Amino acid sequence: MNAISTYKDRNFIAVIGDEDSVTGLLLAGVGHVDGANKNFLVVDSKTPLSKIEETFIEFTKRKDIAIILINQHIAEYIRQLVDDYDQAFPTILEIPSKDHPYDPEKDSVLKRVQHLFGE
Amino acid sequence: MSGNQKINIFPTRMALTLMKTKLKGAQTGHSLLKRKSEALTKRFRTIIQKIEDAKHKMSKIMQAASFSLVEVAYIAGDINYQVQESVKSAQFRVRTKQENVSGVMLPAFECYTEGANAFELTGLGRGGQQIQKCKETYVKAVETLVELASLQTAFVILDEVIKLTNRRVNAIEHIIIPRIDNTIKYIISELDEQDREEFFRLKKVQGKKKRDQQIAEKDRAGESGEISQYAQPADVLETNDDSDIIF
Repeated sequence: MNAISTYKDRNFIAVIGDEDSVTGLLLAGVGHVDGANKNFLVVDSKTPLSKIEETFIEFTKRKDIAIILINQHIAEYIRQLVDDYDQAFPTILEIPSKDHPYDPEKDSVLKRVQHLFGE
Repeated sequence: MSGNQKINIFPTRMALTLMKTKLKGAQTGHSLLKRKSEALTKRFRTIIQKIEDAKHKMSKIMQAASFSLVEVAYIAGDINYQVQESVKSAQFRVRTKQENVSGVMLPAFECYTEGANAFELTGLGRGGQQIQKCKETYVKAVETLVELASLQTAFVILDEVIKLTNRRVNAIEHIIIPRIDNTIKYIISELDEQDREEFFRLKKVQGKKKRDQQIAEKDRAGESGEISQYAQPADVLETNDDSDIIF
């Protein structure tokens, strides 16, 4: 089956988030650096939008990433990209950050759930 | 409408049998697919329920994790840079398992650790304990996230499959079955028409045969009439007015 090969080698969890979220997740041991390739991106107020978009697209295209964790307030910046993404792999998961509480209304998956039930 | 089309086929009895078999197959397929779609939808709903629960759980656990990081920052100072720079190889990884739900492969992520703790020496000076605690909290948080991610993947895949199945169910119900029905009706009406034509033709043939027979009989009757005049020998006694025979 073709599908097996597409997610057999997916081992890593990528992170796009603010400094604290990334640090915490790296502390848990998700980080992987392979030469110049990192599987995480620290976004602060100085990070340009194009950089976030680029990284997001790069992560979605990488074959070794199973899950992309992205802070919800950063997902807001690239909402269109996140909402349009409909592949099963890698999975995109919006996570809350320290400074921005989690709002289920904005989550792209929960939005789809609500859309399906016509609410 | 496309549903009113019929299959282009020559109306014969064999084609009728073929169409009837097809109709039966389509109906069986329809009921099977419908059942599949129902089973998937049931599964889908439980997954949605779980996703919602997990999302709420996630926001709580992430809050706790952030708080423990703040504790670390308070005791050990800013470790962000140190942590980000000391990353080498992922210790916390996921692998994918598969689960079969009515013929659909749903992936489920499973976490495992590989290699040594890269941050053993982080916070050696001070706050080491807090850092280890924070690490544990985050590991737990990531486990929850992984669980949520596998639910979400299942959600996306199931959504796709359910749509596909429903499309098929509807296609069979509204296009294929009416089309076969129309074809069957068409074949039956054509066959009936042929039957009537055949009957009419037979009647015609019969009529013609009868007419021929009558004509033949009449002819024969005429002949026999002529013959009957000659058949009986002339009664010499009764008929006196014989013409004289002149030699």
